[in-house]
Amino acid sequence: MTWRRRHVLATDDWSADEIEQVLETTERMREVLSRPIRRAPPLRGRTVILFFAEASTRTRVSFELAAKALSADVVNVSASGSSVEKGETLLDTVRTLEALGGDVVVMRHSASGAPYFVAQRSGAAVINAGDGWHAHPTQGLLDAFTLRGALGDLAGKRIVIVGDVVHSRVARSDIHALVPLGARITLCGPPTLQPSAWLHGALPDGVGFEPDLDRALRGADAVIALRLQRERQEGGLIPSLREYARVWGLTEARVALMRDGAPVMHPGPMNEGVEIDAAVAHGARSLIETQVTNGVAVRMALLYLLAGTTSLEAAAT
Amino acid sequence: MERDRDLSALAVIGIRSRGDVLAARLRDALRANEGVDVPLGLLDITLYRDDLTRVGYAPEIHETRIPFSVDDRVVVLVDDVLYTGRTIRAALDALVDFGRPKAIRLAVLVDRGHRELPIRADFVGKNVPTQPGDDVRVRLTEIDGRDEVEVVRP
Repeated sequence: MTWRRRHVLATDDWSADEIEQVLETTERMREVLSRPIRRAPPLRGRTVILFFAEASTRTRVSFELAAKALSADVVNVSASGSSVEKGETLLDTVRTLEALGGDVVVMRHSASGAPYFVAQRSGAAVINAGDGWHAHPTQGLLDAFTLRGALGDLAGKRIVIVGDVVHSRVARSDIHALVPLGARITLCGPPTLQPSAWLHGALPDGVGFEPDLDRALRGADAVIALRLQRERQEGGLIPSLREYARVWGLTEARVALMRDGAPVMHPGPMNEGVEIDAAVAHGARSLIETQVTNGVAVRMALLYLLAGTTSLEAAAT
Repeated sequence: MERDRDLSALAVIGIRSRGDVLAARLRDALRANEGVDVPLGLLDITLYRDDLTRVGYAPEIHETRIPFSVDDRVVVLVDDVLYTGRTIRAALDALVDFGRPKAIRLAVLVDRGHRELPIRADFVGKNVPTQPGDDVRVRLTEIDGRDEVEVVRP
């Protein structure tokens, strides 16, 4: 199958075949990363611009390592210290980045939909590295890749996602990467932190909601804990962090309710002792470090596939 | 084998997608005739192609598996058809990312001429004179159900 997509904005309209192609390419990239020299040349002469208008360390570093492992030139732009602070519009910033020769723009932005705006108006390929509450497609794909490595075929597997679903672009992108592969999702967490339409039954295909964490975990094939943002408490959505940890935190006793050896994941950064206990985060079931390693390989796969859709000769004329 | 007496340092690596089958046959022949088990690898050169920025799409990457260190080994690189030499150039670049072999030799089933790079094979099954527009199709039992080389002239 020839890759046709020009951008990676969200995977909500991707076919299972497209997701499959990314995961297979990721497998090849993992092999590249296992070599004595962890670098291959397919993006030589290409420039990847990392435009992060919102704080991020792990995702930015992961993209930077991925782009460099494919021999691209990498330019970092953050909102603070750039002309964004001087009042430049998003569009002008992107036009400038493009004029500087960016073939691929990887962007994170606090506004949901910002990467769509840029993709429609710029010649560069755009990868969404997280936009507001909307989507974080590379996280969804790396979670799918990691789960498949641990569980094999995901058809019929039941994955629990617990925590602050309504504000979570990770939860949405996990659903949009896992459901097409045949997995079923059980959402769990405080009702104040779930999308209200979903609470009232209008759930997407393949997704269910279970208000009791023990019941959600019983017999599950894996669990993904979401990060709890501390400002949720200040906003009155949860009574206290201690209360949250007691009711919704992943403890050793709770994860033991899952199928034998069922893995535990977290997109990071973790609040240990809140949504996940340290013993679970660093225990035998934890795939959290594997997620980080796989993240680089997934981003390499996407950069490779997208760069292929733009020919250097066409760009030069 | 005459040149590389120490067969224990030998390794065979086939270039996808027909060279890997030929490499496996070479490994089997070495086991049957010399009683040595040489490590077998397979190499996909897609990421090293020199035309990636021109083709306008991302070619599918196939599996590479080299489950041993190439350091200080004599690596016999195996491919079905030697033509422009660009595939071999890519394979050489890929191999050095795996380490520093003592030497790299090239074995091909068919050399059809028309090199575009200064590359030649050490072991050639058959030299087949062709014209640049010809299509040389190698079929192997393991993949195609029969062993056959066909030169198609348009």
